[in-house]
Amino acid sequence: MTEISHHIPEDILDAYRAGTLPHAFGVVVAAHLSLCDECRARREAGDMIGGALLSRAEGAALRPDARDRIMAALDAPPPPPPIRGSGVFPAPVMAELGGRPPRWRMLGGGIRQQILSADREGSLRLLCIPPGKAVPEHGHRGLELTLVLQGSFSDSEGAFHRGDVETAHDAIDHQPVAGPGAPCICLAATDAPLRFNALVPRLLQPIFRI
Amino acid sequence: MKNELSDLARDLIAVRDARDRAAFGRLFDHFAPRLKAMLLRGGLRDGSAEDVVQDVMLAVWHKAAQFDPHRADAAAWIYGIARNRRIDMARRRPLAQPEEMPEIESLEPDAAQILALQQEAAQLGAALSRLAPEQAEALRAAYFDDIPHSRISEMTGLPLGTIKSRIRLGLDRLRHELRKIAP
Repeated sequence: MTEISHHIPEDILDAYRAGTLPHAFGVVVAAHLSLCDECRARREAGDMIGGALLSRAEGAALRPDARDRIMAALDAPPPPPPIRGSGVFPAPVMAELGGRPPRWRMLGGGIRQQILSADREGSLRLLCIPPGKAVPEHGHRGLELTLVLQGSFSDSEGAFHRGDVETAHDAIDHQPVAGPGAPCICLAATDAPLRFNALVPRLLQPIFRI
Repeated sequence: MKNELSDLARDLIAVRDARDRAAFGRLFDHFAPRLKAMLLRGGLRDGSAEDVVQDVMLAVWHKAAQFDPHRADAAAWIYGIARNRRIDMARRRPLAQPEEMPEIESLEPDAAQILALQQEAAQLGAALSRLAPEQAEALRAAYFDDIPHSRISEMTGLPLGTIKSRIRLGLDRLRHELRKIAP
């Protein structure tokens, strides 16, 4: 696997570990962990603390039939295997896609997207940006995590390749431009609708839900 | 090689490779009461805690193929399953999970790597017992109770760095083996 240089920040990984991240961000973290041994190791190291505490815990008495119950349950058929990754899409993204390839919608300028989920806590989308094309300049009203799945993009924060995650907070105004080669496919989670700096895109925002 | 493994890791590998019910029974006897204690601390009532313990241990049986002693000791691996189960009970939608690492039939155990990981887990346990009471309490709150934790690494200074590199080594090994089979 290629070297990944932009990782999940510690506080977001902690929130993922604790299960408090909204769905959209949880999918981006899970997709990054699927591609990044470094962050997977950070997460599993956290489990070592939990394991050490579990080993040292004083047990609570089980009901007398607990052991018989579990031994009898072992013969039940196993649960269906989870959806696997396919192509550039790791398993958690394929799960969001329902196991099917993306159904892109044109956004204008050759940019395509598929919204995977959207609720009050945040929205999750796949974006496909042709080489050299810019995503309109935008600021954020909250947190945005963007994971590159194919190709690359660059903005004021640096260059991002497959597996890299850009973490953008409130203040950042950035203008990502897709790199040369294959179209840039990325997975983006936001906790607020994006705010475009040009008037017309802002008016179009409700229509495109971008 | 097998003698260097902890009894629990050996039992979990016997479940993984031979579907060994007696080994599973020993794992249940060891972990089920501890898991129940953890779930009770997290606020579950007795009956629900019993049910969740059953779910978690059944998942241990079905997911055993995923256990890799190069990357986790038995307690950490089972803790991870229990933690995910409890998180999903508290959420509207299950937490997205990363792609499972591929199962490699041919992967010969690397005794040195496994032993080193187990030793570091033991050192971590020793470091835990040396923590100041309020730090130990904060960790228990973060890992056993339902309190979202943040900044654990800053809070404690536990020796997680070497454990991370051990786990990283295990992952690298697995990917390397995979490339040999399917370049």
